[in-house]
Amino acid sequence: MLLYILKRLVYVTPVAFGVSVVCFLLVHLAPGDPLSAVLPADATQATIDEMRAAYGFDKPLPVQYAIWLWHVLHGDLGISIATGRPVLGEVSRAVVNSLILASVATVIGFTFGTLFGFVAGYHRNSLADRAASALSVFGVSVPHYWLGMVLVIVFSATLGWLPPTGAGPDGSGNWRPDFDHLRYLILPAVTMSVIPMGIIARTVRALVADILSQDFVEALRAKGLDERGVFRHVVRNAAPTALAIMGLQLGYLLGGSILVETVFAWPGTGFLLNAAIFQRDLPLLQGSILVLAMFFVVLNLLVDVMQTALDPRIERA
Amino acid sequence: MTAPVTAASMALDGGLLTADDAAPEGAFVSSRGFWGHVGHRLVRDPVAMGAGAVILLVVIVAILAPWITPMDPYKGSMLRRLKHVGDATYWLGSDELGRDMISRLMLGARLSLFIGVTPVLIAFVIGSGIGVLAGYVGGWTNTILMRTIDVFFAFPSVLLAIALSGALGAGIFNSIVSLTFVFVPQIARVAESVTTGIRRRDYIDAAKLSGASALTIMRVQVLGNVVGPIFVYSTSLISVSMILASGLSFLGLGVRPPEPEWGLMLNTLRTAIYVNPVVAALPGVCIFVVSIAFNLFSDGLRAAMEIRQ
Amino acid sequence: MSVIPDGHDPFARDRGGPAQPLLSVSGLYKHFPVRKAGGKKQVVRAVDGVDFDVLKGETLGIVGESGCGKSTTAKLLMGLIERDAGGLLYDGQAVGERAMPWRSYRREVQMVFQDSYASLNPRMTVEQSIAFGPKVNGVPGREAVERARALLARVGLEPRRFAGRYPHEISGGQRQRVNIARALALEPRLVLLDEAVSALDKSVEAQVLNLLLDLKAEFGLTYIFISHDLNVVRFISDRVMVMYLGRVSEIGPSDAVLDAPAHPYTEALMASMPSLDPDNRTAVALLAGDPPNPIDPPSGCRFHPRCPLAEEVCGVTEPPLDGIRPLHRVACLARQPGSGHARAPNPALAA
Repeated sequence: MLLYILKRLVYVTPVAFGVSVVCFLLVHLAPGDPLSAVLPADATQATIDEMRAAYGFDKPLPVQYAIWLWHVLHGDLGISIATGRPVLGEVSRAVVNSLILASVATVIGFTFGTLFGFVAGYHRNSLADRAASALSVFGVSVPHYWLGMVLVIVFSATLGWLPPTGAGPDGSGNWRPDFDHLRYLILPAVTMSVIPMGIIARTVRALVADILSQDFVEALRAKGLDERGVFRHVVRNAAPTALAIMGLQLGYLLGGSILVETVFAWPGTGFLLNAAIFQRDLPLLQGSILVLAMFFVVLNLLVDVMQTALDPRIERA
Repeated sequence: MTAPVTAASMALDGGLLTADDAAPEGAFVSSRGFWGHVGHRLVRDPVAMGAGAVILLVVIVAILAPWITPMDPYKGSMLRRLKHVGDATYWLGSDELGRDMISRLMLGARLSLFIGVTPVLIAFVIGSGIGVLAGYVGGWTNTILMRTIDVFFAFPSVLLAIALSGALGAGIFNSIVSLTFVFVPQIARVAESVTTGIRRRDYIDAAKLSGASALTIMRVQVLGNVVGPIFVYSTSLISVSMILASGLSFLGLGVRPPEPEWGLMLNTLRTAIYVNPVVAALPGVCIFVVSIAFNLFSDGLRAAMEIRQ
Repeated sequence: MSVIPDGHDPFARDRGGPAQPLLSVSGLYKHFPVRKAGGKKQVVRAVDGVDFDVLKGETLGIVGESGCGKSTTAKLLMGLIERDAGGLLYDGQAVGERAMPWRSYRREVQMVFQDSYASLNPRMTVEQSIAFGPKVNGVPGREAVERARALLARVGLEPRRFAGRYPHEISGGQRQRVNIARALALEPRLVLLDEAVSALDKSVEAQVLNLLLDLKAEFGLTYIFISHDLNVVRFISDRVMVMYLGRVSEIGPSDAVLDAPAHPYTEALMASMPSLDPDNRTAVALLAGDPPNPIDPPSGCRFHPRCPLAEEVCGVTEPPLDGIRPLHRVACLARQPGSGHARAPNPALAA
C-alpha cells in the first residue's frame, strides 16, 4: 500500500510541475502590459523600467519562471498589485471561505444524491426512479449561477427570509460558524449542491442497480439474509466509487465556485479570482490559480489512494 | 471433392435463413448498417425525439432571428424599461434599457448556441485526432501525449476556462479558444481509451497483413469503430459548454454589450431582480431549456447505441 | 482455371522450382519480457530456436499444446510481431531485405485467424472487408468489389445474399468462409491457418476443411495449418510438426509421425486422445509431472521431467533435431545414434 502511495506521488510530481508551468504561462498570455494596471498613464519610461525591474519582468521568461517557482516553494506567492498585501495571505483567507462553502455543498449534494440514487436503484422504472432521474438531469443541466439568482429572487427579494449576498451581517468578511452567519450560507450552499447532487444521484443509481442485478445478491437472499443485510452489502460495494465521486465533486466545487460566489458575493477564492481578473492583478491571479489547481491535484491523489484502499479488487502492484 | 452449395449445406452452417433473406432476382441484400440501426432506434425514443425537436426549433429561430424578431433588439427606450411579462407591446417584457425581451432572446440564441456548440465541435476534431493517434500508435507517443493532457486535467474545467479567458481577455473568439482548451483533453482521453480497446483486435492485425499503411488503417478501419462513442460523449459536453460559455459572458469575459447573449443578459439584468424578477430570470430559462434538451438527446443517443445487435 | 476475374496464375510467380522450399525458417527466437513485482527480469521463452521448411504445394500441420509457441510462431512468420533472431526465406529470398520487402511478402503470404468474429471489422460489410486488401494494393474500387463477390461465390456464399451483410448477421461457419475469401483476395501462394476451424461445430468444420482442400487444389496453394486437434491435422496435413515449449520436437510425414511417433511426447499426445472404442480405454496417463513453464524451462531436453524414457543424459544435453529416417526428424536422445542414451540405436546399424 505504501508502495502504491509512493508510486502515485512519483506520477503526480511531473503533473504538478506541468500545472505550475501552465499557471505561470497563463498570466503571460495576457495581452497588454502587466504593469498598466499599476502605473499611471503618464508614467515616464524611466519609471516604467524601474517598476519592470522591481517586478522582475525584464528577465527572460524561463528565468522568471525559475525565480517564481523558487519563491513559491518557499511559500512566497508575491505581492498583490492591487492591494499591496501578500498574495498568500489573501488566498489563504479566501480558500477557507471557499472550502466551507464547497464542503457544505458537497455534503448536502452527497446526502440527497445518494438518497435519491438508492431509491432509484432499488426501485427501477418506478415513479420514484423516474422522479430521481428527472432530478439528476435537472441537476446537471441547470446553469447554477442562474439557479442562484432564482433562489435569491424567491427567498430574498420576494420572501425576504434569507440575505441575498455576503458571508456575514457585517458585509463580506470571514464566515464564522455561529447562528448569525448561518443564514448567509444557506442559499449559496444549496445552489452549489445541485450539480453534485445530480451527478451523484445518477452514479449511485447506476451502481446500485448494477450491484443488485449481480448473482451474489440473489445468492445472499436465497441463503435467507434479510433485506437489511443485503442493504449493508450493497452499501459496502457501492461505497468506494461513490466516495470517489464525492471527493472529485468537492474538488470541482472548490475550483469552479467562481460563478456562484460572484452571484452571492461570497468572499472565497472565486470571488478573489474575479477581482484579480478585472483588476489585472497578475500576482494574485497566478497565486490563486496555482493554489486552487494544487488543491485539486492533491485531492485527486487522496481520492485515488482512498479508492484503492477501500476497493479490494484494484491491483496495488 | 467439391462441397456443393445447397440450401441444406447453408442450413447446416447455422445461417440466418429468415424471410427477408429471399432477395428478389438481381438485387443485392443490403443491411441497415450501424448508424442506420442507431437512427432506427432513436426515432422510437419519445424523450429523445422531443428533445431533438426543441433543439431544432431553437436552431431554426437562431438562424432566422435577424429576420423574424418582432422589434429591433438593439433599440431601447428609457421610458419603457423593465416592463413586465404580459405587457401589451412587450409580451415578454423589456430589459433594463427598454429593449424588447422576445427579440433579444431570439437573437441571443444565435450567440449562445454559437459559443456553446463551436468549442465542442472543434474539440471533437482535435481531441479525436490526438486520442486516436495516441491510442493506435501506443508506446512513447501515447505516454507523452496523454501525460500532457493530464496536466490540463489537473484543473477543474470551470477554473481553466475562466483562467484562460481572463488571461486572453474578453470577446467571442477568446471564449471559444478557452473552452476548446477545456474540452480537448476530455475528448482526447475518451478517444484514446476507445482506440486502445480496438487496437489489439484481430481485424486490425488482418488489415496490417494486407499491407495497408498505418494512416489508411486508422482512417478506414479504426475511425468507423471509434467515432460513435466519441461523438456521443461529445454531445453530452454541449450542455456543459453552453452553461460555461454563458457563464463567461455572465462574468463579463465573453460576449460584450450591446450584443445579446443569454449569459450576458443575465448579468445586466441582475440589478433588476428586485423590480422585475421574472424578466431578469428569463434568459436563464432559455439556457436551462436548451441545456436539458441537449442532455436528454445525448442520453437517448447513447441508449440507442448501447444495445448490442 | 480460376474464378478470380484477372485469372492470375500462382505458378507463374514461382522462382526456385519444386525443390526449393517455399518458406524456410531457421533459428527463430522470440522472448517476451515479464515484469515481476520483485524486480527480477524474466522472459517467457515463447519461441526458442525453431527450424523448419515448408515445401511447395504441401500442407504442413503444426501441433502442440497451449503454450508451446505455435501461435507466436504464426505471428512471427507473418511479421505481426518482430522476431528477436532467426532467418526467414521466402522462395529463396530473405524476407525484410530489399529483394523481398514485407510489403511484397504480404502479397504472397496471408493468414486466417481463429476467432472468426474478432477478425472482421464489425462496421464493414462482408464485401468491404474482402475488398479492403486489393484496394489498398492499387486495385480500382469497382474491380476490387467484383473480385470480392467472385471469391464469396467460390467459398460457398451466394454474393447476392451475403455481400452486403455485417459480421454479426452471419454464423460462425459463414464468417470463417469470409475470412478465407479475404485471405485469398490478395492471391497469396502461402496461407497460414491459425486454429482456423477450432471454434466451429464439427459438422461445419468438415465443410470448411473440404473447402480448404478444394481451394488448395484449384489455386495451387501451400498451407501451414496450426491446430491442437490431432484428428483434423491428420486429415488435412501432408507433413506434421510437433512443438513443445518453444522448440520443435518432431517433424515428418503425417502418417509416420502420427501412426509411428518417434518422440515420446508425440506418442503421449496420440495416446491421450480419448477413443470411442470401449475396448480401447486409456488406462494410464502417459504424461506425468508438472505442466511446462515457458519462463523457466527444464535444462537439457525440455520434456525430460515428464518423459517415461528419461535418463540422466537427458537433463544435461539438449537434443538436436536430427533425421532418423528420410524426411523425418526428431529431437530425442533416445532415437539418435551415439547420443549416450541407453535406448539410442547403434550407430553402426543406423548408417
